Amino acid sequence: MPAGTLYRGREGMWSWVAHRVTGVLIFFFLFVHVLDTALVRVSPEDYDKVVATYKTWPVSLLEYGLVAAILFHALNGLRIIAVDFWSKGPKYQKQMLWSVLGVWIVLMIGAIYPVLGHAARILFGS
Amino acid sequence: MSTPTLDKSSGHSEALDAAEAAAGHLITVTMRIRRFNPEVSDAVEWVDYQFPIDPKERVLDALHKIKWELDGTLTFRRSCAHGICGSDAMRINGRNRLACKTLIKDLNPEKPITVEPIKGLTVLKDLIVDMDPFFQAYRDVMPFLITKGNEPTRERLQSAEDRERFDDTTKCILCAACTSSCPVFWNDGQYFGPAAIVNAHRFIFDSRDEGGEQRLEILNDKDGVWRCRTTFNCTDACPRGIEVTKAIQEVKRALITRRF
Repeated sequence: MPAGTLYRGREGMWSWVAHRVTGVLIFFFLFVHVLDTALVRVSPEDYDKVVATYKTWPVSLLEYGLVAAILFHALNGLRIIAVDFWSKGPKYQKQMLWSVLGVWIVLMIGAIYPVLGHAARILFGS
Repeated sequence: MSTPTLDKSSGHSEALDAAEAAAGHLITVTMRIRRFNPEVSDAVEWVDYQFPIDPKERVLDALHKIKWELDGTLTFRRSCAHGICGSDAMRINGRNRLACKTLIKDLNPEKPITVEPIKGLTVLKDLIVDMDPFFQAYRDVMPFLITKGNEPTRERLQSAEDRERFDDTTKCILCAACTSSCPVFWNDGQYFGPAAIVNAHRFIFDSRDEGGEQRLEILNDKDGVWRCRTTFNCTDACPRGIEVTKAIQEVKRALITRRF
């Protein structure tokens, strides 16, 4: 039987969904990262080629996405710890989520130059 | 001598005026209801019903209007119709609510109002689900006073502070709005669910009760409190305003500290 419409959850549910999605994305990154690092023991030349592709601008954009995922997962993880261990955590979970998103936006703005600066120089020249 | 006669025409017109004035408040709503009748077909269909209604009426009144005046085959549960029996929990515009506590005007009635059965429990017909797994989880946490030794000759006294400790969780009406809003419960029907944990909390933190350890052991199960992912859907859905997630977290902490 079809499941009906999507449940209209609020902040709590969507932060949980985002936590899961970012967790899976980070897992995929770690998976690729372990594989590419392990490659150096198999073939140092191929390792160099793979790492060279990481210096291209599309990968820089992916790196910015990785920073976004890790920052959200880490900050929301702190919120979940507070919900678990702080007696007033469940009461202030929404305020904590908005704080997490606020800090996340500030850090994402701060990460623009360090992460995307290299890609900008490739694309637009220094 | 002439008998005074009632001027029917003017009387009628007053009544008509009143009716028209009342009708001025009416708006046309579309109730989009998820219908399922296993005796007719295995297919589920959305059926639209359009009719005028006072926006200050409740969703339950709209369902009554459909059942009594438009389509008698519509099936749903309701008993007290005043938010205390917990029979008419359903998913209205995507969220779990009691049909008898939800006003039409609070639902953006310009758009069709969707009504579906609650999620995670087997649909038997239209808006009626099989509540047996829900009540089994409730029974499993032993929702009754457990004491040791001889019964006292008078009542078991409790301070106001001790009573206050579990006041929030005494409000549960077992409507299943919380349990059927839980993503963990949708995917794993074995999970005890928020309602059972709320009712365990009500006795675990009762100073008169001595079965707390037993209940905590039951909830220490792999399908117990640890499955909770704090999505807060239960807290948002509870028509009684119980802070359900907070209660679940308190049970989790009681399991770690063994203090309750």
